[in-house]
Amino acid sequence: MGIDCQRHEFDVIVIGAGGAGLRAAIEASAQGAKTALICKSLLGKAHTVMAEGGAAAALGNMRAEDNWRVHFRDTMRGGKMHGNWRMAQIHAQEAPDRIRELEQWGALFDRTHIGRIHQRPFGGHTYDRLAHVGDRTGLEMIRVLQDKGVHMGIEVFMEATVIDIPVVDGRAAGAIAYWRETGRFLLFSAKAVVLATGGIGKAWQITSNSWEYTGDGHALALRAGAELIDMEFVQFHPTGMIWPPSVKGILVTEGVRGEGGILKNSEGERFMFRCVPEMFKGEYAETEEEADAWVAGDHVNYRRPPELLTRDVVAKAIMRENEEGRGSEHGGAYLDIASKRSAEDIRRKLPSMHHQFMELAGVDITREPMEVGPTTHYVMGGIKVDPETEETTCPGLFAAGEVAAGLHGANRLGGNSLSDLIVFGRRAGLGAAESAKALAKAPAIPEERVQVAIAEALRPFDNPSGENAFEVQAALQALMQSKCSIVRDQAGLEEAISGIAALRERARRVSVQGNREYNPGWNTAVDLRSQLDIAEMCARAALMRTESRGGHTRLDHPDSDPAQERIENVITRDGDAMRLESRKQPDLPEDLAKIIREGA
Amino acid sequence: MALRKFRIFRGDSRETGELVEFEVECGEGMVVLDAVHRIQAEQAPDLACRWNCKAGKCGSCGADVNGKPKLMCMTRLSDYPEDEVITITPMRAFPVIRDLATDVSINYENNRRLPHFQPRPADFEDGEFRMYQWEVERPQEFRKCIECFLCQNVCHVLRTHDKHQEFIGPAFFVRTAVYEMHPADVGDRREHLKEHGGIGLCNITKCCTEVCPEKIKITDNAIIPLKERVADKYYDPLRWLLRKLTGRG
Repeated sequence: MGIDCQRHEFDVIVIGAGGAGLRAAIEASAQGAKTALICKSLLGKAHTVMAEGGAAAALGNMRAEDNWRVHFRDTMRGGKMHGNWRMAQIHAQEAPDRIRELEQWGALFDRTHIGRIHQRPFGGHTYDRLAHVGDRTGLEMIRVLQDKGVHMGIEVFMEATVIDIPVVDGRAAGAIAYWRETGRFLLFSAKAVVLATGGIGKAWQITSNSWEYTGDGHALALRAGAELIDMEFVQFHPTGMIWPPSVKGILVTEGVRGEGGILKNSEGERFMFRCVPEMFKGEYAETEEEADAWVAGDHVNYRRPPELLTRDVVAKAIMRENEEGRGSEHGGAYLDIASKRSAEDIRRKLPSMHHQFMELAGVDITREPMEVGPTTHYVMGGIKVDPETEETTCPGLFAAGEVAAGLHGANRLGGNSLSDLIVFGRRAGLGAAESAKALAKAPAIPEERVQVAIAEALRPFDNPSGENAFEVQAALQALMQSKCSIVRDQAGLEEAISGIAALRERARRVSVQGNREYNPGWNTAVDLRSQLDIAEMCARAALMRTESRGGHTRLDHPDSDPAQERIENVITRDGDAMRLESRKQPDLPEDLAKIIREGA
Repeated sequence: MALRKFRIFRGDSRETGELVEFEVECGEGMVVLDAVHRIQAEQAPDLACRWNCKAGKCGSCGADVNGKPKLMCMTRLSDYPEDEVITITPMRAFPVIRDLATDVSINYENNRRLPHFQPRPADFEDGEFRMYQWEVERPQEFRKCIECFLCQNVCHVLRTHDKHQEFIGPAFFVRTAVYEMHPADVGDRREHLKEHGGIGLCNITKCCTEVCPEKIKITDNAIIPLKERVADKYYDPLRWLLRKLTGRG
């Protein structure tokens, strides 16, 4: 018999309730599928709420010249030409409709003077392209989707953590989960499963990510037999808070730079002027006067400030300033908006940044510069999906949002995540609903499989005295921060891989105090499995990529290697181990290659 | 670094739970949530509390800190004298699940019952509405709500009188106001506000406005205008007379 669980049957289950999960559930439900949404936190608290700057879509409201081709080109080049061209094309083509759809569902974007959706400039985007709501765009998006979903009658299972995706006859057949509140188990049988679990950033010490970002979806997919790609590409956002110590890592929106904020080193120099990479030469302002003229509003005759280069470039520039002894007091750079915008402008355009610095650091950003430095922010890599349907290589299993890979290549442009969520969230919901229609009934999940998964989750209770889950997690964070962070080398990565193996041993000995009811110690012990899996994936893929590209920088291979541009490192499960292999992606078709070559 | 004393509620009900004392090393810039995390990591790994963003954006970590509703992630330890014991208890207005985690499901029920957005047809062919910045700013204030439920927690109608079944509370007046004041919305939520929302029970003491971490002027900008709209519909003497004469609402 074993341990009992609450049983449910659905056509489609969606795991994760951020922008991608909500949008997928809305679409599956609209297609007539009986849909459940399962999330680790309360509804509306997912990582999407923290997204600040905006959602990129070539609406053309600010500049008529903007269209999907320009957005496609920016995305591919921002991803250092490593991304999946079909995903980049679909994303650029469909983002405008998805944004307007949000407006139809009640979103209140900031407006232009003629009453249309206003768009703000952001790093790597040729034109002002981000639909936004001040600096709290993610909150707006999640509320709109949340209300839409709830009023459609989607069933939501809040504070439920998925621990296993059973595969029956080669097809994803549902999910095994536990309620956080009671520690009791749940079994979902489903005809199709969508993973929308977000990212992995909680495996690093300095991170903008929350406790939820333990890479559950990546690990679940690996165990279900799906392929993962690009796991070496992690985005370190150039501007996280760095002082006081307790706020280290909290995000400072790129919107600050979009609104004219400048980066300075300890010598007061605006160092980004001398950090423009070859690929972007000639596209950015070359003098302070030109940059100021652009900030003043003339985006036609002047080029954008170099602070708006892509995130990988800016993060590495800040690192270099520190290595060469020109860092700010606490090891970062100064981000100054006060000298470029009026206090009133700052409070209106960047209200939550103003609030955040005032409350947490005692810094008034309308008068003083902020101190910022790189923070782990986003993983470009993840589960490989079919660009059209978002189905993974495991039939019946779909993925969208940060947990899926391909769109962003080696580096994501700011603003392309929120649009990614709604474009591919919708497609995943559609794909899953279609796939579910082909089955008369959800596959029966063998009881034995369920009991094995439950026993594994409960194992820490059988260790009478052992390791503390939080300590093992902290050790992993320290290891990844020092060996597999913004700059990497072979020796460090090898140390990371052996260190992770040692931590797996410690994780096996973790014991839990108390019972199963709302017990963060136990929850963390369960999450550790996923964290160790994604850490190993990241370190091993990073070791394989012997070049520097986008978010992946190797001290021992500092240059990009054109031969590796279209090579992706594919990770699959091999028994209890991981198998990595290199595979060449298809080349761009001529019409798209021409857009890249010649401009849009 | 200095040692600080905390008293934290532990237990799975108000009747059987108790305050447990902890001592923690505290450093510069720490907030209450940092201290709770340190206690969790070093002394009480099963200490239950909710949190997500740790930056005042998700509204998960609401609790009563020294009796006052606060977001733990935005409350700095330096706001309290060094020798003061900081007492952290679960939000008073909701049933305790365990320790600092409370059962807030009633809020999700309330939200599900609110009448949804009812748009007019789009103004542009591509689906956009023509809305001006000055028009959207009013409802945008309400959309700043992070659903921390501190306003529900402080509201005496809920906290003291436990009228959760008759009164949806400030957070859901704010939520209603988003759509009521949305320039493209054509719905009428006055009946819902009166009959299901219990808006008449609010006697505008403004406690909700005071605790709102997003500084939404809940009472002045959401509740009072909504009360006026309800009064216009139900208490306008001309309409009252018309209803009497025709027998129609």
